Amino acid sequence: MIIDLAKFIADERPFWNELEHALDALENRPDQRFEIGDARRFHYLYQRASADLARLTTFATEPQLRRYLESLVARAYGEVHETRRRATVTGWWRWFTATFPQTFRRHRAAFGVTLAITLLGCAFGGLAVGLDPDAKETLLPFAHLQGDPAERVRQEEEMQGQHLDEAKTLFSSFLMTHNTRVAITTLALGMTWGIGTLITLFYNGVILGAVAGDYILAGQTAFLLGWLMPHGVVEIPAILIAGQAGLVLGRTLIGWGDRAPLGARLRAVGRDLVTLIGGVAILLVWAGIIEAFLSQYHEPVIPYWVKITFGAVELVLLILFLTLAGRRDAAPQ
Amino acid sequence: MRANTLIIRTPERIEFSLALAGPVTRFLAWLIDLMCLTAGLVLIWLFALIVGWAAPDFVFAIATLVHFAVQIGYGIATEWLWRGQTFGKRVMRLRVMDASGLRLRFSQIAIRNLLRFVDSLPGLYLVGGSACLLTRRSQRLGDLAASTIVVRQPRFSEPDLRQVLPGKYNSFRDHPHLAARLRQRATPQDAAVALQALLRRDDFDPAARVALFADLVRHFRELTPFPQEATDGLADEQYIRNVVDVLYRPQVSPRELEPVAPA
Repeated sequence: MIIDLAKFIADERPFWNELEHALDALENRPDQRFEIGDARRFHYLYQRASADLARLTTFATEPQLRRYLESLVARAYGEVHETRRRATVTGWWRWFTATFPQTFRRHRAAFGVTLAITLLGCAFGGLAVGLDPDAKETLLPFAHLQGDPAERVRQEEEMQGQHLDEAKTLFSSFLMTHNTRVAITTLALGMTWGIGTLITLFYNGVILGAVAGDYILAGQTAFLLGWLMPHGVVEIPAILIAGQAGLVLGRTLIGWGDRAPLGARLRAVGRDLVTLIGGVAILLVWAGIIEAFLSQYHEPVIPYWVKITFGAVELVLLILFLTLAGRRDAAPQ
Repeated sequence: MRANTLIIRTPERIEFSLALAGPVTRFLAWLIDLMCLTAGLVLIWLFALIVGWAAPDFVFAIATLVHFAVQIGYGIATEWLWRGQTFGKRVMRLRVMDASGLRLRFSQIAIRNLLRFVDSLPGLYLVGGSACLLTRRSQRLGDLAASTIVVRQPRFSEPDLRQVLPGKYNSFRDHPHLAARLRQRATPQDAAVALQALLRRDDFDPAARVALFADLVRHFRELTPFPQEATDGLADEQYIRNVVDVLYRPQVSPRELEPVAPA
């Protein structure tokens, strides 16, 4: 019980103000770190404010003051008890070249599953088109893929990519945004315990397999590879990584082999999810540029072997990047 | 089932409570955000159409990218810059917070906004709304994944003491030592009961009102007896007014306590 509230406030206010200033400084400059002395002082101020709040709570004559102290203690609580590493502004470059591949490797099992499901879908789509030509109509939702592959190849080669002459940048940005949306959806569907993600991946695989099967059966393998590889070798892995993130989320929700409560599990994995989807977005920007500016040119403008080689080189570089980059500095998690 | 408040207890044994926001307020906040977002996107495209004649391909490409960035980034950017608030949440006095009272992190904001898609299924946030109703802490799926909560921060209105305490002369204040003793002995519950009795005095039956105030006066007399001259001629209700005045307005400036100089 506080007998003389006025005196109590007059005595304690300097400490509350000091704590408030420290909190303001902390919140406005997230990269700032405390020296050991400052940290001790901050902790002292926090405990002092807590004690004041406890004393004040026993007598609620000053609701406003109590709310002020409560908010002060709540803010300081967040700072004192935060043990996760604070996001530092060390630069996007390091994040993309080290953190992203490290995170990818940490969850490589999930990536294996997405790859397997997609390949399964491919096989299903390819077989369906091979065994039953009518299946094509059902499986492929795009009008320009419904026709005869040989006919389309002839048309595309005649156009020499000129149909996009006035709209390449627009087409490229459309592809980037559309693909990123697909990637985000694939991640978000992880909330269905990963089932939605698996279905999306399988369906993507079916379409890919059906298109590939269609063109291969029509003897247009070179066109197919030249058309898909330059952007596909980046775009498809990017969607797979988004699926990987979705599966990591789903797995975290289910919680196999982890006794931590749901909240703690999700907390632990949150940063990885954002890293994965951020990396995917960057890969998709690259894929969008390539698809609009390179993939739409066919022979005779660009020989197929050039496009296929380009795609193969990209694929090798991507694999090297994902498996080796950031290996030197051990994961700081 | 869901509760309306989330109480966080610190290791210092201090409790603070956060008022959780329900689905309806959040939906209204989202509608406001939607209007802001639509207005912003319309502006972007108007600008693109005006500038577009010069280099349509390039300008529309940039507009597509900006459109996308604004659509995806609106929630993330505003919540990051304003510590958990968007325009709509500001208007509705809502705020996104970490579920255990810790600092809100960028990854949490990003996840809860990226998972909006699932919550908005199959339309009008049906999934998210149902999740809000069913979860203990009113979380939509994105909140669950990011372990965040949305709290209400209404502007608290003080009890209107002027209504019950018109600042008239209070005979108890002539005895500061007794007033201090009363403040010391009265528990928070005593003080709250007295204040509530005054605030709701018109809602009681006349007989009940008389009996209640008589009871209260008896109780406060036992706590701290004031001398005869301070209580002489005081009705029970006026007695409680004086008590509440002493309890709830302890910071009377010394000048106010000084006896008025004779004219």
